Amino acid sequence: MNEKSRPFALALLLLAGLAACASPAHAAFVVQITRGQDTAIPIAIVPFAAPPGASPFDVAGLVAQDLDGSGRFKSMDRRDMIDLPHSGAEISFDDWRRLNDDYIVVGGMTMPAPDRYDIAFELYNVLTRQRLLGYQIHTDTAGLRLAGHQIADKVFQSILGIRGAFATRVAYVLVLGHVPHRTFQLVVADADGANPHVVMQSSQPLMSPAWSPDGKELAYVSFEDKLPSIYVQVLKTGARRVVSATAGVNQAPAWSPDGRKLAVTLSNRAGNLDIYILDLATHALTRVTHNPGIDTEPQWSNDGKSLYFTSDRDGGPQIFQVPLAPGSRPRRLTFQGSYNARPRLSPDGSQLALVTRVHGKFRIATFDLQHHGGLRVLTHGRFDESPSYAPNGAEIIYATHAAGRGVLALVSTDGRVQQTLISPQGDVEEPVWGPFGSE
Amino acid sequence: MKRLTAMTLLLSGAMLLAACHGKSAVKEPASSASEVPTNAAAGGAGTTMTPLGGGNSGSLQAIAQAGNDAPLDQRTIYFDFDRSEIKPQYDAVIAAYAKMLTANPGLKIRLEGNTDDRGSREYNIGLGERRAQAVRRALMLQGVADAQITTVSYGAERPAVEGDNAAAWAMNRRVDMVYQP
Repeated sequence: MNEKSRPFALALLLLAGLAACASPAHAAFVVQITRGQDTAIPIAIVPFAAPPGASPFDVAGLVAQDLDGSGRFKSMDRRDMIDLPHSGAEISFDDWRRLNDDYIVVGGMTMPAPDRYDIAFELYNVLTRQRLLGYQIHTDTAGLRLAGHQIADKVFQSILGIRGAFATRVAYVLVLGHVPHRTFQLVVADADGANPHVVMQSSQPLMSPAWSPDGKELAYVSFEDKLPSIYVQVLKTGARRVVSATAGVNQAPAWSPDGRKLAVTLSNRAGNLDIYILDLATHALTRVTHNPGIDTEPQWSNDGKSLYFTSDRDGGPQIFQVPLAPGSRPRRLTFQGSYNARPRLSPDGSQLALVTRVHGKFRIATFDLQHHGGLRVLTHGRFDESPSYAPNGAEIIYATHAAGRGVLALVSTDGRVQQTLISPQGDVEEPVWGPFGSE
Repeated sequence: MKRLTAMTLLLSGAMLLAACHGKSAVKEPASSASEVPTNAAAGGAGTTMTPLGGGNSGSLQAIAQAGNDAPLDQRTIYFDFDRSEIKPQYDAVIAAYAKMLTANPGLKIRLEGNTDDRGSREYNIGLGERRAQAVRRALMLQGVADAQITTVSYGAERPAVEGDNAAAWAMNRRVDMVYQP
């Protein structure tokens, strides 16, 4: 049990006006694919039919952009299309086969009522002429972008057998200005960087955003009182509350799989960091680690019965696992290299992504939990940090530096596809990919 | 280098003044990226302490104006990479702060631990806290009361200078000693 607390700890603060300054932050990211897959699948996404007066939003263009951005597809340039079919009956398969497309997506929009859209789309295998998908989506003008991401998700899953994660969101910290006059923004955006919204802004550091399992809330650390406190904020309303403001360190919140608890890092008066579990309903604290070293960066196992964490109890930082049953002792997992930190569990629970140091350079690696093999280093930067898995496990988003600025980057879990996401301004830090259904 | 040292000290004095007026914002002197942290103690000047009358701002102003190269004007202690031991060159600085704080029990100080921005952010919070605690222990060993000291770790979140180079990293691995209003 934790004995100390600042008097306003656990106070319910409804600062909706301050926190919910949900304003568009900046234009979307520019995606640079730095390392593509040789075997990108050729696909034609034919522009969708649209009735007069329809929104000019290019749904098919967004589908192509999503699929290209994954590095696993190469969509056909529209200028090379000799025909613009909108349904399976209109496709001349022999022509598309000669153009070397393996797959083709066709579709069209109708407007059954003002500001209402029905989007019908189909996916065909050009070689076999087999229809792989046929769906209709009902939406409004504001939902056209989401519809495009959903179509890309369906196509991705149908062809690759992996659930698409285009219709999800990411949270990150954007730092504007220069030392010592900097502004910190907590931003939530679509997974492709579009629709960025500032959900919190402060002149003091914000860090360690963490999505609740249902995607409705963010936990994060704010230094707005000059000292660190952990907040939980409801994204829809902007309402937020302090959940941990003990004397000393309040850091590294991590949601339990059931969303009822946070694992957090607290310190005692002597500055020793240990990991605790905070029950969000009762505010009860349960201490998990008891060690004079730095114990931090907790991450729950999928069954909720153990925590992965970083500890330097053996010297440099390494990854440990501790069962939550009383009396359990932590077990060290990583032994390769002198610096392994910030473990993040893959959605299927089979591996950890972490930050490792290789010849003085900080890079993202994965660690296989089932075979306890070595580390697999996926990235090639000098300042790679803060890995976070896409909810389908296919990609890891992380922060790095490019030309002296903090930027986001993506690497496929197999290491074959790499991208950098250049934001128009500021330093982007600590990306965290939201769960499925967080749109 | 010499000019930078002088400017650092002047700015430090100004910051001490600012701190006395209740502004706790930490401002580091602008630095050319090729410079490493300067250390007032390296100037070799002895302590030129002015008697304090209860720690009000007037007395602190007197201190700030009395000697620009006094250890009290050095408000930052720098650390080696991944280390939290206080280097011997800061002994005079620690001693001067301890002397002033023990002589003025009403004075409070906040120790802000910081790291360079490489590696894991949350682990860096731990490292910054460890550095702040090293300074706290050193002050308490020389008689400063626990109640006069608070610590906070900003990890890599509040760099003194920006830049992806060794000089910037050296300026950021530090504990800032900030007077509390």
